Amino acid sequence: MQMDGGQALLKALEFEGVEMVFGYPGGAILPVYDSVLESGIRHVLVRHEQGAGHMASGYAHATGKPGVVMVTSGPAATNIVTPLADAYLDSVPIVAITGQVPYGLIGTDAFQETDTTGITMAVTKHNYLVSDPNDIPHIVHEAFHIATHGRPGPVLIDLPKNITDAANPDSLMTWKDPGPLDLPGFQPVLDADPADVTAAVKLWTEASRPVIYAGGGILKARGAAELTALAERTNTPVVTTLMARGAMPDSHELNLGMPGMHGNYTAVMAMQEADLLIALGSRFDDRVTGRLDSFAPDAKVIHVDIDPAELGKIRMPDVAIRGDAKRVMAAMLAEFGSATLADHGGWRSTLSGWQENYPLAYESAEPGGKLKPQMVLERLRDASPKDTIVASGVGQHQMWASQYWQFDHAYTWLNSGGLGTMGYSIPAAIGAKAGMPDRTVWAIDGDGCFQMTCQELITAAVEKIPIKVALLNNSYLGMVRQWQEMFYENRYSEVDLGGPVPDYIKLSEAMGCVAIRVEDPDEVEAAIERANAINDRPVVVEFVTEPEENVYPMVPGGKSNSEVVVPPFQQKERNQ
Amino acid sequence: MRRSQMPSTHTLAVLVENKAGVLARVAGLFARRGFNIESLAVAPTDERFSRITIVVDAQSAPIDQIKKQLDKLINVVDIVELSTESAALREMVLVRMKVDPGKVPEIEELVEGFSGTIINATEDHLMLSLSSHPEDLDDLLSQLRPFGIEELQRTGAIAIPRIE
Repeated sequence: MQMDGGQALLKALEFEGVEMVFGYPGGAILPVYDSVLESGIRHVLVRHEQGAGHMASGYAHATGKPGVVMVTSGPAATNIVTPLADAYLDSVPIVAITGQVPYGLIGTDAFQETDTTGITMAVTKHNYLVSDPNDIPHIVHEAFHIATHGRPGPVLIDLPKNITDAANPDSLMTWKDPGPLDLPGFQPVLDADPADVTAAVKLWTEASRPVIYAGGGILKARGAAELTALAERTNTPVVTTLMARGAMPDSHELNLGMPGMHGNYTAVMAMQEADLLIALGSRFDDRVTGRLDSFAPDAKVIHVDIDPAELGKIRMPDVAIRGDAKRVMAAMLAEFGSATLADHGGWRSTLSGWQENYPLAYESAEPGGKLKPQMVLERLRDASPKDTIVASGVGQHQMWASQYWQFDHAYTWLNSGGLGTMGYSIPAAIGAKAGMPDRTVWAIDGDGCFQMTCQELITAAVEKIPIKVALLNNSYLGMVRQWQEMFYENRYSEVDLGGPVPDYIKLSEAMGCVAIRVEDPDEVEAAIERANAINDRPVVVEFVTEPEENVYPMVPGGKSNSEVVVPPFQQKERNQ
Repeated sequence: MRRSQMPSTHTLAVLVENKAGVLARVAGLFARRGFNIESLAVAPTDERFSRITIVVDAQSAPIDQIKKQLDKLINVVDIVELSTESAALREMVLVRMKVDPGKVPEIEELVEGFSGTIINATEDHLMLSLSSHPEDLDDLLSQLRPFGIEELQRTGAIAIPRIE
């Protein structure tokens, strides 16, 4: 079938089963957008290309399907570099389509020309510059395959305008369904070497203080059920990293919660005192390990990852297993058979002692004082459906959300873990809601993050994607302020956001949202109930919170996890 | 006589798909991961593939990590780590010298001893080439240097496994 490259691109996306694209048109991608009119694919028109990238990411994480972002050349392409880097570090499958100046003009500093494949090489799993429209079907097919297989990640396709523009003879192509994949350098290994599984199980049966260190790879492998089964079979406590919240229900007695810099005391110390760490789809990130040379000093390590480069990158494992987390966990379960494990009784009572003495806790507000952000999140959690999808930005509110939400469902927590991208939550929430329209989706945001990407609330209103935003407004860049308080002798430098400007109510209403401001603790629940009842437009609930609240526990940067700092009111007990 | 001490470099023979930008992907990976390249030689082996010989600084990162990160590049098909024992290693150098005319016979003898070739010569200029093991090149160059090297170009090592 004869067609032009622009039509071929849409047909190729349809061939891959794409239902939704987040994007923004412009000069070099114009011909492709002409074909959007004839396509059955829904296009969500964003207000800034960065938003489109994070929407694709939120969509991918919530639905398990690859997200697609489409923008023009030059500044549009550079505007998606941040979400590509974000998706690369958090292993999110995204396919990005960018327009490019006509092939003959590449290298001439043409209008809106950037070296997009060059710029994005370091933040994509792979990228393509297409020169022949006949290559479009198989390149798009390869791109989706690479993005979603092995360790997932973003893939970019740069399309010069001459091969998509019907008015240009260069664009004429004959559609052929993509044939078998020909990728000799991309052959992900999914199944573990059985000998490695046997060695791992042997080590596990001998351990007396084991901990499963569950990472985001479990969710990427859709292996949440296997994680709980494996933990139960081995009676092994689990820590769920920031990227793995929800991989095991927080209500499960074996789940100790989040480890790391702002993890809870028991999760941090369990890793620290363990004699065996079973790392499943986790990568020994510095925010988890703290100072590396004193991290988990007595622990042997079983490390399972689909990306062999993670095995031994940071911590040398005793047993390294290359494979897909879901399949490896299933193989481990089978290998355990009727094996008996060492007694963990002493270990479990140590852990419950810590849980009792150092629970996640905060001091309630003084009468007449401002709202405590932790209290707001507890109320929001309790008043929202159990399978609510929560997206957060980056900073104090992100840590409180991870700490105080109860994740009992997988794929309900979206956040920017690796890159730490402020402004992630609103667009990510929109992407998730677009893909899962029947679910309640809350963006939990700080006022700093909100001001970076709130224009996407216009997208949410116009495109009828009714997300809800809990804006924790402390009028500070809270996490930076906390570090300046703790490590820079209270010298606050450029962290005061200058409240009461903007007026978030007027701003949100102007963008087509229902807006509610809450200052009184007695109004928190009613506001949440009202927000949860609105389903025809986005809602912003601004909670005016205690400005100098700190996130605890905290492992100070560069310190050992053994030096975890608990909140001041728990410190006295700890020193006794 | 040599090559007995712990290697300060590793030699990797990397088979890549012969596609646009593949060299930039390899070089970019080394740069952003902080791996140091000692030398690099690349040319097509056929229409579909190219072979890159990379000599890497063993101090900059564990060789295992370098190989694994390289292997993540979609266009990288195969990586073989080559040792001096297991591989034939060759490098070529072109040298232009400005010399004392009286020293020419001495230099010619030196070059012949390494099986090098004098390509052309005037009364006080010499151009020579040598294709040999990179350490032979090091030896020859250090002995030539006192006679006055004007300019030189090494190709970087190329290598493939020896016949068993």
